[in-house]
Amino acid sequence: MAEHIIESIYRFLPEIALTVTLVAAIVADLVLKERNRNVSWVVLAGLGVTAVLVAGQSGWNVSIFSDMVAVDPFAVFFKAVLLAAGLLIVLFSMKSRELEHNSTRIGEYYMLITGVIFGMFLMVGATNLLLMYLAFELTSISSYVLAGFTKSLRKSAEASMKYIIFGAVSSGFLIYGISLLVGVTGAIDIYGVRDALQAGVEQTAALYVAVVMIIVGFSYKITVVPFHFWAPDVYEGAPVTITAFLATASKVAGFAMMIRFFRVSFMDSGALATHGFDGLAATLPWSMILAVLAAITMLAANLMALWQENIKRLLAYSSIAHAGFILMGLALATDEGISAMMIYLAIYLFMNLGAFYVVMLVANQLGTEAIADYQGLGHRSPFLGVSMAIFLVALAGFPPTAGFIAKVYIFGATISAGMIWLVAIAGLATVVSLFYYIRVVRNMFLVEPLESQGPVTFDSASILIMVLLLIPVLLLGVYFSPIVAWAKNAVTMFGT
Amino acid sequence: MEFQILGIGILTWIVFLPIVGMLIVLLIPNENKNAMRWTAAGATGLQLLLAVILLGLFDRTALGINDPGSFQFVEQFDWIIVEAVPWVGKIEILYFLGIDGLSVLMVLLTALISVIGVISSWSIEKMVKGYFALYLLLVTGMMGVFVALDFFLFFIFWEVMLLPMYFLIGIWGGPRREYAAIKFFIYTFVGGVLMLLVMLGLYFSVAYTNGAGEQVHTFNLLHMMNSANFVEGSIFYGVDTTWRYIAWVALFISFAIKVPLFPFHTWLPDAHVEAPTPISVILAGVLLKLGTYGMLRIMYPILPDGTVYFMYLMAALGMISIIYGALCAMAQDDFKKLIAYSSISHMGIVMLGMASLTNQGTVGAVLQMFNHGTITAMLFLIVGVLYDRTHKRGLYDFGGIANQMPKYTGIAMVAMFAALGLPGLSGFVSELFSFLGAFDSFRVITIISVTGIIFTAAYILWTIQRVFLGELGEEHKSLTDLTAREMLMFVPLMLIVIFLGVYPGPAIELMNASLSHLVEFVNITGR
Repeated sequence: MAEHIIESIYRFLPEIALTVTLVAAIVADLVLKERNRNVSWVVLAGLGVTAVLVAGQSGWNVSIFSDMVAVDPFAVFFKAVLLAAGLLIVLFSMKSRELEHNSTRIGEYYMLITGVIFGMFLMVGATNLLLMYLAFELTSISSYVLAGFTKSLRKSAEASMKYIIFGAVSSGFLIYGISLLVGVTGAIDIYGVRDALQAGVEQTAALYVAVVMIIVGFSYKITVVPFHFWAPDVYEGAPVTITAFLATASKVAGFAMMIRFFRVSFMDSGALATHGFDGLAATLPWSMILAVLAAITMLAANLMALWQENIKRLLAYSSIAHAGFILMGLALATDEGISAMMIYLAIYLFMNLGAFYVVMLVANQLGTEAIADYQGLGHRSPFLGVSMAIFLVALAGFPPTAGFIAKVYIFGATISAGMIWLVAIAGLATVVSLFYYIRVVRNMFLVEPLESQGPVTFDSASILIMVLLLIPVLLLGVYFSPIVAWAKNAVTMFGT
Repeated sequence: MEFQILGIGILTWIVFLPIVGMLIVLLIPNENKNAMRWTAAGATGLQLLLAVILLGLFDRTALGINDPGSFQFVEQFDWIIVEAVPWVGKIEILYFLGIDGLSVLMVLLTALISVIGVISSWSIEKMVKGYFALYLLLVTGMMGVFVALDFFLFFIFWEVMLLPMYFLIGIWGGPRREYAAIKFFIYTFVGGVLMLLVMLGLYFSVAYTNGAGEQVHTFNLLHMMNSANFVEGSIFYGVDTTWRYIAWVALFISFAIKVPLFPFHTWLPDAHVEAPTPISVILAGVLLKLGTYGMLRIMYPILPDGTVYFMYLMAALGMISIIYGALCAMAQDDFKKLIAYSSISHMGIVMLGMASLTNQGTVGAVLQMFNHGTITAMLFLIVGVLYDRTHKRGLYDFGGIANQMPKYTGIAMVAMFAALGLPGLSGFVSELFSFLGAFDSFRVITIISVTGIIFTAAYILWTIQRVFLGELGEEHKSLTDLTAREMLMFVPLMLIVIFLGVYPGPAIELMNASLSHLVEFVNITGR
C-alpha cells in the first residue's frame, strides 16, 4: 500500500494544481489591484488545469502518503463533480451583481473558493481519520468567511456568525467521535478501524458513543434534520453564489467523506456481526440510525418548505430534503445504495445549481428574493421562466428530467434492499415536495405580470451559462447509462 | 409486421410527429398565430392519417397481450444498457413500441380526438404559441402511453402528460383554474409515485436469462407477464402473496385516479369545469381511457392473481361510480359539470365490464372506452359552442335553442341519445356488452348498476328539455348556428357514433382476438 513519497506526489498533482491556483490568485489580486475582478480568469484557468489532471487519474486505484489519501475511481468521480461545481460557481460569481458591491475584496473571494475546493478534494480522498478532520475543517473555515463575504449586510454577517457556531459544534462532535474511535480501536486510519472491528472490540459502549458522535458530526455538514438549523439562515444570508456552493458542493463532499468512512470501516466488517461478543454488540445499529434520520429529514424538511416566502429559504429546505433522499442510500449499507447516492449527488448538483442560478439572475435584475415577486416572470422572460420550471420539476423528480433518474435509482436501491417502509416515506415526501416547487412555477406562469412590469432580458453570456446547466439536466434524463456505469464501476473498484 | 417511413417505424412517427410540430411552433414568430394553428393541425392531421393506415394494415387475428411474436408494428431497440458488475446484474431499458387489439382503437381515438381538439382550439387567442406547444407535447405523451411496451417508457410518457395538462388548465382555464389545475396535478402525481414504486419493485423481481446466459433485469412488460421470470425470494415472487396484493392495490389506485373511479374522482369535475373546451375534450376523450387501458395492459396480465382476488372490489367501485356519477349529474345546474359527472358514470360501466373477466364484458369495456371517447368529446364540444357564443353554461340559462340553432340541436341530440344508450347509436352496443358480461360474473352488482341507466335517461332528457325545448330567451334570439369549422369537428364524430351503433362488428373484430386471449390468460394464471 505504502508508496514512495515522490510517487505519491505524482498522484497528488490535482491538489497541487489547486494550491498553485490559490497562490496565483493571491498574487494576481496584488498585481491587478483595481482590475482584480479578473482574478476569476486565473482561477478558471487553474480549475481547468486541475480538471485535465483529474481526468488523467481515471482508472487509478492507489493509496498515497502511507495510507493518508486514496486515489480511486470513487474519489475521481467526486473530484469531477466538485470541479464542475467549482467552475460553475466561478462563472456565476462573474455575473453576480451582489459581489460587485464588494469589488475591492473580490480577489480574496476567488482565492477562498479555490481553498474550499482544495479542502473538498481532500475530503473525498482522505482515509486517515486525522486528515479527514483537517480537510473537514479547511473546508468549513473557508466557508465561514465566504458566507460572510458581503459583511456590510447584517444578514450576511449573521449568517457567517451562525455558521461558525454551528460548524464549531459539529467539528467538536466529529473530533470527539474520532478520538473515541481511535481510542477503542487503536487505529488512526479507516482500514485499521475496519481490521480492529473485525478482530473484535471490547469497549462496545464507547464504540456506540463514537459512532453516534461521528454521525452527528457529519449530519451537521450534510444538513440532516434535526441538525439542520443553521442551514436556512445561512443560506438566506450568504451571497447567492455561496449559498449555491454550500448547498451543492459542500454537501457532495460531506456525503463523499461519510460514504468512504462507513463503506470501509463498517460495511466491509460485516456490520460487526462477526465479532462475537455479547448480544448487545452483535450489531451496531448505524444503518438503522441513518435510515430513521433520512426518514425524518425527508418528511420534516419538505413540510417546512411549504411555508417559505423567500426563494433562498425554500431552496435551503429543498436541499435539506434532498439530503434525506440521498442519505437513504447509505442507510441501506449496500453497494447499490452507494452507487445510487453518487448518481443522485451528481444530478442534484446540476439541477440545484440551475435553480440557484435563476435566483441569482432574478436578484440581479429585480433585486428581490421573495417568491411573491416571481409573479408573472414566465411571461416577462419566457426563457428564464421555462428554465426555472425545468430545474424545479427536475428537483421534484419528474421525467424526462435527470431528477427523475436520480429518484429512480435511489428508490430502486431501497426497494432492492428490502426497506419498503423507507421508500414509502420517500414516496410520500416526494408528493409533498411537489407542492412547494409547483408554487413557484405557478407564480411564474399562472399569475399574470402587472402592467408596470415589463419584459426582462439577459445578456448572451448569462444565457450560455444557463444552457450549460440545462443540458445535463435534460440529457441525463433520457440518456443516463454513462453516469450510471461510471458510478457502478467506481463503487466496484472502491479502494480498500 | 413492419411498416417504415424513411427508415423509421410508423409508431415512432405517430408518437413523435407532435413533438416535431411543437418544435416548429416554437420557431414561428409570435405574431403569426395562424401558422401555429396550421402547424398543429398538420402534425395531428398527419398523425391521424398514419393511424388510419395502421388500422388498414392491422391483422385482426394476432393475439398480442403477452406474446411478443404477435405484436404488430413492433419497434424494439436498446435504450439504456448498463453492463453487469459483481453485485448487480445487467440493466436493460428498452425503447419498445408495438400494438395489439387492445391498443389499436385507442391509437385511433387519440389521433382523432387530437385533431378535433386542434380545430376546437382555433378560437384561442391568448398566448397561442405556448398553448399549441404544450398541446402537442400532451398529444405525444398520450399516444406514447398507448404504444409503449416497456414499463419505464410507459411511465415516462405517462408523466410527460402531467405538466402540459397542468399549464393548459392553469393558464387557459376558467376563473378557478389554479385550484383545478393543482388538484388535478396532485392527484395524478400521487398516482404516479405509487406506480413508480410498483414499477421498481417489479423491476427487481423480474429477471430473464438472455442469449449469453446473463441474468438481465428488465422493464419489458412482456417479460413481467411471465411468472417464470420472477426471481425466487424477490418481493413480488409467488402467487397470492401479501406483497403482490399490495402492489395490485397501489397500481389500481394509480390507474383509478385517472379513470376516475369513486372515491378518487373529485379532481375531475373541477378540472373539467375550469379547463378550456378543447382540453376538456382531450381530458374526457383520451386521458380517462389511460386509466382503464393501464389496468388492462399492466395490472391484469402482470398481477392476475390480484385481479381475480379483487374482482368484486373493482365491480363494486364500478357500480358505485355508475350510480353516484349519474345521481350527481342529475343534481347539477352547470352544463359542463353535468357532463363531467356523466363521464364518471360511463367510465364506471367500463370498470364493471372489465371486472367481470369475461370475454363479452371486456370487449364491451374497451368498446365503451372508444365510444365514451367519441360521445363525450361531442358533448363537451356542444357545451363549448354554447359557451363561446353566450359565455354561459347554466342549464337554466337557456331554453328553446332548438328553433334557433337547428343543425346544432340535431347533432346534440345524436350525442345525447348516444350517451343515454339509445339502441342504434354506439353507446348502446358497448353498454349492453359490458352489462351482459358483468351479469355472468356478478348478478346483484350488475342488476343494481343497470338502474343507473334510468338516472342517466333522466338527466339527459331533463337537460334536453331545459336547454333545447321550451321558450327561447330574448337574449338568445341572435344566436347563430354552427359554422363550417364547428361542423368539421362534429361530423366525423357523429358518423362514427351512428356507424358503430348500427354495425359495431368491425370494431369488435379488431380487438376480439387480443381480449379473449387476455381474459383467458388472467383466468388461467390468476385462479
